[in-house]
Amino acid sequence: MDYKDYTENLNNEFESIGRENIFKNPREKFVSDYRVPSGCAVFGIINENGGLFDGGMVIDGIEMMHDRSNGLGGGFAAYGIYPEYKDNYAFHIFYNDSLARKESENLLQKAFKILYGDEIPTAKVASVANPPIIARYFVSPKNILKGTEGIEKESKVSADAINSAQEEFVANFVSNFNADSCNAFIVSSGKNMGIFKGVGYPEDIGEFYKLTDYKAYIWTSHGRFPTNSTGWWGGAHPFGFLNWSVVHNGEISSYGTNKRFVSGFGYKCSFSTDTEVLTYLFDLLVRKHGIDLNLVNYILSAPLWKDIETLPEEIKEFLTDLRIIYAKALVNGPFSIIVGNNNFIYALNDRIKLRPLVAAKKGELTFVSSEESAIRKVCSNPDTIWSPRGGEPVIVYIKGKEPMLHVSGKINSDNFIERMSGYGNSFAGILK
Amino acid sequence: MVLKLNQSEFEVDRDKSKCISCQVCVRQCSNDVHEYDEDDGNILSENSKCVGCHRCETLCPTGSIKIKQRESEFKRNANWTPEHLKNIYKQAQTGGVVLTGMGCDKPYPVYWDHILFNASQVTNPSIDPLREPMEIRTFIGRKPDKLTMSSFTEPGSNKVSYKSNLSPQLKLSVPILFSAMSYGSISLNAVKSLAMAASEFGTFYNTGEGGLHRDLKAYTANTIVQVASGRFGVDKEYLNSGAAVEIKIGQGAKPGIGGHLPGEKVNYDVSNTRMIPEGSDAISPAPHHDIYSIEDLSQLIYALKEATEYKKPVGVKVSAVHNVAPIASGIVRAGADFISIDGFRGGTGAAPQVIRDNVGIPIELALAAVDMRLREEGIRHKVSIIVAGSIRSSADVIKAIALGADAVYIGTAALVALGCHVCQKCYTSKCNWGIATQDPYLTKRLNPEIGTRKLLNLLTAWSHEIKEMLGGAGINAIESLRGNREHLRGLGLNEKELSILGIKHAGEAW
Repeated sequence: MDYKDYTENLNNEFESIGRENIFKNPREKFVSDYRVPSGCAVFGIINENGGLFDGGMVIDGIEMMHDRSNGLGGGFAAYGIYPEYKDNYAFHIFYNDSLARKESENLLQKAFKILYGDEIPTAKVASVANPPIIARYFVSPKNILKGTEGIEKESKVSADAINSAQEEFVANFVSNFNADSCNAFIVSSGKNMGIFKGVGYPEDIGEFYKLTDYKAYIWTSHGRFPTNSTGWWGGAHPFGFLNWSVVHNGEISSYGTNKRFVSGFGYKCSFSTDTEVLTYLFDLLVRKHGIDLNLVNYILSAPLWKDIETLPEEIKEFLTDLRIIYAKALVNGPFSIIVGNNNFIYALNDRIKLRPLVAAKKGELTFVSSEESAIRKVCSNPDTIWSPRGGEPVIVYIKGKEPMLHVSGKINSDNFIERMSGYGNSFAGILK
Repeated sequence: MVLKLNQSEFEVDRDKSKCISCQVCVRQCSNDVHEYDEDDGNILSENSKCVGCHRCETLCPTGSIKIKQRESEFKRNANWTPEHLKNIYKQAQTGGVVLTGMGCDKPYPVYWDHILFNASQVTNPSIDPLREPMEIRTFIGRKPDKLTMSSFTEPGSNKVSYKSNLSPQLKLSVPILFSAMSYGSISLNAVKSLAMAASEFGTFYNTGEGGLHRDLKAYTANTIVQVASGRFGVDKEYLNSGAAVEIKIGQGAKPGIGGHLPGEKVNYDVSNTRMIPEGSDAISPAPHHDIYSIEDLSQLIYALKEATEYKKPVGVKVSAVHNVAPIASGIVRAGADFISIDGFRGGTGAAPQVIRDNVGIPIELALAAVDMRLREEGIRHKVSIIVAGSIRSSADVIKAIALGADAVYIGTAALVALGCHVCQKCYTSKCNWGIATQDPYLTKRLNPEIGTRKLLNLLTAWSHEIKEMLGGAGINAIESLRGNREHLRGLGLNEKELSILGIKHAGEAW
């Protein structure tokens, strides 16, 4: 069995699962048909040494920006919380009722080996009303386990290939599940990470999920201020997909263009949210197209033509090609986002900085936030504090988890940008 | 049998108290409407000859002339309109096909006028293009799925190298090009104005099937050379002198039929440029006689790519017909780098009226259908779409881009900027504005330097307006509007129309 057969098997397996529609009687739809713009607060912390700390600090920070949200959505993403199941996918799922739960669990059992499942422990909080049933499962794609044995025997498929085929399977499963289902919704689907969100102010949601009981090396959080809608649990941030979590403040004017772009690569935008499309952009560019994280800002917040024009020929050509090929991945309109993944935290503004974003560093901790106040609340005396310019990313990797340089076939920019600085500060400085 | 063959369409209203009998009108009118009576010093006008081009009215130094639409004296009849009657009288007399010029003028729905554009309020700041950057640069050409790099770092050296493997692209400073209008159908001065303006503004004009006149070789970097069914003026040098090559399959004003440049228009220069004998009719067949199917088109596309060493984008122009979406899909698969779609309201130098007014579909619907189809098939990025067929303002441009076009072609709008008054008599070669004529007495009325300036002004004005509208919607790069139908709303359209256009009705939120 080679990689191609292997992937094909996996896809066939998936098709056979997908044909059975378990959600035959859609009741109240879980998702909104309309896109809901919202203003927001975002806050994130990473310990670059991978040291774990509980959710208390991130709750304190986001609470400081209480007035940036209106009680219609709050949430958190945490990385490193499930070390005992770190090689399994951790699914957090919202159910509207027990029937949806039963049907979904049947489906999960067909596709996955479920190693453990429970309801996420919650506390009663007066301001958090009508929560759905919130369950979590640690799973492995079933046929992968079957397939792996055969593969190991012939050892033609590398661990990386298995991993990426597995990821693709889970990605398809999650996006189809969420697109089809009306009463169940997979909130997060990564490894050793989880998303905790709901309708309420973020600090209340944090208390509701008892986040001080979890220890993580990356925390991101979000407080939501939607301009309409009564708020729905699935629509709160962070948006999760595989290991990605995205919290976002902004309204994307290029939504239609971006949505059509990612749809062309098979992504289903079933939630009509800006955050969803941003998540898929990251997944497409970084996971599927292998574009180095350090180059992503040159696509999402592409430098202006007039700045590109001034660069040396080779860089000019490169950035021009990047803009031409990924023209429809340019994210226009105001945004500041914090993206979490197992190995890094990534924060970015739109290219003319229409939304606030502040970053600070204190020892092994890096903070990114909508407002400086939140950072000062949890870290009164940071070593450095700065306001990243529009289009200038803040990227912090867990030490030792930085991507390898010069991976063949991959676009590796670290080195590229560094060497370009030989041309004077122009390249690194074009966005300044 | 006595028939009143032709009612005059216009009436020359001359204010005798203002007329000084200077005879400007007499000299300006190529249709001999005005005649100076030397005996009594008065000027007489023959209404029946007037085509309504407004040349005399525009140039009359005392403002004594008004050209008025003449009230019909036919018995009113909503079904047997004067136009039908007049055409039948003409045909009964001559046995011929009724010719006309310019685009369809019938009151079919203009969908642009039923589509409204968005603007930001509160949740999303609008952007002021006078203070913030606003980018409308556009690239036409095939795009790959993703960026691939042949070599990124050279092993063992400190040099970073990047080699582009992008297909050839046309770089436009504004998403507007000048449509194919051949030298022959329009005057050399008109073509020169288009070429010079395209060159100065950073966009492109299109030779049509008129070949490339020697005076235009200075502007080849901004020329799209067309290969049409007559293959006039096509040789290796011609193909390689343009920035891109366009295969013309059809034209919006006359889908399915060929062209005919009468021998009278084929003077020495035209004959040289088209590579045909002087005075001979230049007849373009209805189909390309080497393209009877899609695989033949593919062969021609690759023959042209071979001839130009894969250095130039090769596009295909089709008219918007019922089956345009699958046709476009076939064209992408045949290897085209761009598709030009010409809607049924597109202009022409000469076309049978019955074809112009009854064949084809509106560009708005064709564009929406093609963009949707290519997207569904996952091949939209492989091709650029240029739409044409009555783009009348910057609003039409921005709506076309939001519907999914990469750029638009303007033909009539450019000619109007050069003075055209859309009298629809291009086929007579008597154009008083020096545009659609080869008569040297008339063509010298169009000064190419002044024409260039007018076209530049038009592009500048539309660019400003496009930037204002983009900024208002909170967008600062035109690529973020492309296919962004969320920014459009329909007004007064039915469900089916909205679904084909892929837009919501006004009043519906996101």
